[in-house]
Amino acid sequence: MLYIPGNNPAMIQQGGIYGADSILLDLEDAVALNQKDAARTLVRNMMKVINFYDTEVCVRVNHLSTPFGLADLEEIVPLQPSAIRYPKTESSEEVAELLKIIEKIEDRHGLPHNKMTLHAMIETAMGVQNVFSIASKFSRVDAITIGGQDLTADMNIIYTPDGVGIDFARKRIIMAAKASHIDVIDTVFPDVNDEDGLRKETEYAKKIGFTGKAVINPRQIDIIHEVFTPTEEEIRKAYHIVKEFKTNSAAGIGVFAIDGKMIDAPVVARAEYILKLANVTVG
Amino acid sequence: MLNSLGREIPEFIEGIGKMEPYQGALTKLRKGWMDEPTIPAPNKAYLPHQSKLCKTLEEAIIRSNPHNGMTVSFHHHLRNGDILLVQTLTILHNMGIREITLASSSLNECHDPILPYLKDRTVTKIFSSGIRSQLGRAIALGVLDIPVVIHSHGGRVRSIHTGKIQIDLAVIAASAGDCEGNATGSHGKSAFGSIGYAVIDERYAKQVIVVTDNLVDYPCIPLSISQNFVDHVVLVDSIGDASKIATGTTRITKSPMDLRIAKLAADVIEHSGFFVPGFAFQVGAGGASLAVAKYIREKMKAKGLKGSFLLGGVTSYCVDMLNDGLFETIFDVQSFDAVVSNSLLNNRRHIEIPAALYANPFNCGSITNKIDIVVLGALEIDVDFNVNVITGSEGYIRGASGGHSDTASGAKLTVVVCPSFRGRIPIIKKRVHTIVTPGETVHVLVTERGICVNPAYKELEANLRRAGLNIKNIRDLEIEVDTITGVPEPLQYTDKIVGIVEYRDGTVIDVIHQIKEK
Amino acid sequence: MKYHIGNYFIEIEDQWRHLKHHKSIKMKPKIAAQSGTFESSDVIFLIEPLPDNSGRKLEISSTVMQQFGTSFNRIVVEMLDYYELTDIHLIAKDKGALEPTIKARLETAIKRSLDQQEGTLK
Repeated sequence: MLYIPGNNPAMIQQGGIYGADSILLDLEDAVALNQKDAARTLVRNMMKVINFYDTEVCVRVNHLSTPFGLADLEEIVPLQPSAIRYPKTESSEEVAELLKIIEKIEDRHGLPHNKMTLHAMIETAMGVQNVFSIASKFSRVDAITIGGQDLTADMNIIYTPDGVGIDFARKRIIMAAKASHIDVIDTVFPDVNDEDGLRKETEYAKKIGFTGKAVINPRQIDIIHEVFTPTEEEIRKAYHIVKEFKTNSAAGIGVFAIDGKMIDAPVVARAEYILKLANVTVG
Repeated sequence: MLNSLGREIPEFIEGIGKMEPYQGALTKLRKGWMDEPTIPAPNKAYLPHQSKLCKTLEEAIIRSNPHNGMTVSFHHHLRNGDILLVQTLTILHNMGIREITLASSSLNECHDPILPYLKDRTVTKIFSSGIRSQLGRAIALGVLDIPVVIHSHGGRVRSIHTGKIQIDLAVIAASAGDCEGNATGSHGKSAFGSIGYAVIDERYAKQVIVVTDNLVDYPCIPLSISQNFVDHVVLVDSIGDASKIATGTTRITKSPMDLRIAKLAADVIEHSGFFVPGFAFQVGAGGASLAVAKYIREKMKAKGLKGSFLLGGVTSYCVDMLNDGLFETIFDVQSFDAVVSNSLLNNRRHIEIPAALYANPFNCGSITNKIDIVVLGALEIDVDFNVNVITGSEGYIRGASGGHSDTASGAKLTVVVCPSFRGRIPIIKKRVHTIVTPGETVHVLVTERGICVNPAYKELEANLRRAGLNIKNIRDLEIEVDTITGVPEPLQYTDKIVGIVEYRDGTVIDVIHQIKEK
Repeated sequence: MKYHIGNYFIEIEDQWRHLKHHKSIKMKPKIAAQSGTFESSDVIFLIEPLPDNSGRKLEISSTVMQQFGTSFNRIVVEMLDYYELTDIHLIAKDKGALEPTIKARLETAIKRSLDQQEGTLK
């Protein structure tokens, strides 16, 4: 997910060319306090006119406790981006209130309540504590992200490249997301020039269960894709497994072996997930 | 009369002569020989131990029989650090010489100081591969009476052979030279690498002055320029600003847009069917065109693929690939940084070549005839794949023909890389303002918003589609760009022709009209 | 009001929907206001109220004046007309902004000069 500052027309107009899976037009932290109105108007215009091709467009609005949040929602909800990202989410009550406001705006514009989704950003200790209820209670919440910079600030610790300070938070958030069957996205890696560091952190993120990662520069996109996209070898194996499964199922066999290894339901599920990521179907 | 691309060409231009219209990229080559007769090279005799050394550039110029209407030539290997062209013209101007024809292989921003000489008719005619900055603007606005002639690197050689350019005086800057005039650019404090563009000048000029800031003991090796063609040698304090001539190494761009385009271009090359063992490759010197080399290098390493030679326009990145063992040879007609000069000097497989061997179409086959894949830039490209690399969106001359049309004509796969628009100016147009490279020699256009394949190359298109690349019809992409930027107002120009663009075979592929200043 | 560029229709009306309900208030720029940045692909608008009956003073400069000057002018005049703004001094410094950007920046500058920013710091 490529972060794009909402007050930067040059970056927004090129948002769709980088092959990112999604972009985040940011009205919150990337925009100065006295430019919030300008960014809101600019993002609204750009969303109506610019072609972002296959890239999903999400918008991060300001928190409702700020003077800007409500105006952001009024302007952005009618445009029905793929998702709205809500910062510093701390409780399910907050989310409920937010959804009520969103639904009211959608009603006023004759829009359904189930198209646009919500991403909750966990950036505070309280948010980490309450993450499961945030993730599980609402069908419209389809992803959680962790905001590493703000979280370390809230915890009063310093961000270190090894990520040790926020490791628990990452894992707790991931677990809540998995239990709720929704996506979970890792925080940005701020050093744009450190490609090895990015790769290492992304590999770790994948290992512990993140389904995506935020990027702040298009140059980071390729590395993220390489790490998260299944390799040809993995795809081939997965294809083989799913094919065998289908054949065996048809013959009434539930558990079977490939190359001496037992293939049961969880293995098949994982193989199907890989094929889904790779956009491959078994004929 | 209309040429085969539908551009209106006058039949005759006062001060230049009869115009032959462009009739296809390979039409004239098909004959097997060049119709135009060639002129003989100068005929001289020197006594043994005759001194060629002059104390100053002015002295050398005085000795070289300057006269009104003379043609003086330079090479542009010093890029934006050159001072000799301005110095030479100033000396000639101060001597009262007028109506000079300037035949520099290209013109840069550092040559802006000669603008007054265009205004006062010291210089009345220009042959060049490229013109930029104030000169390009002034010429587009009509400062000269006789149109400038824009030629390719290969075309310049041809013109000198046929006498279209008749050089009276060649001033050849060298970073090392000896008292007899043997000279090179491959070493010295002002080293610039290959001196390839100057070789034809030394052979055909009536008088040749070698200017160096580094007089070495006899003999100066390598003999890039050789003494048997040199009349005078001058030692000066400096031949130019070394920091602008050839700095350190050439870095790959960090621009996300250029990198994205380069990555897509590398994907196109990979799946084109031409990315095979022993392929010959040429890339540009910067921007997306150079960045493609980065991705190709990675792909070659991943596949264990080895190429045959690199051609150019050589940057340190090419040297890295040579040293990686990914290519066997580099043919170098122009060196872009200090790493390249060094490699040229020390590596037997890094070979200096003259412009004739590089790109002259009228011989037994220049190296451009053997290129498999070339990656080129563009200022504009139209829906017929014609490319403009000479005039900008406001109609000023601000680019160069260079090796663009030469390499495109020879390459099995010509890939043009550019953004679909720059700022708010569309690059993909229905019709380019000036054609330099004809669409029939361009196979693929790669932009950040889509890849367009010339419909004449169906097999290539099939290969790329099969690989799942984002192929778009160029006409659709052009409309898409219009929608994003809005349609710009057309340029306002007059009937006066200020430039003719020669295709490499000497035919006229387009003309440049005078711009009306608002 | 539909604005036609090429094959694209951009509807101006709904962009100014929430300005419409302000139309009952007399729209007179109260304060000098600025919007946009000096970055490439952006445009800076400066709006300054002038005394009554001064008319409109427009100073427009653009890096793409030759190619898009006429359409830029037209957008500015149309938006000022729609908003019935007169007696203002407007300076525009454009660096090749696309149309949605031009309109967004102008809208922001107008709103700020009317002292009617919604949801921003004053």
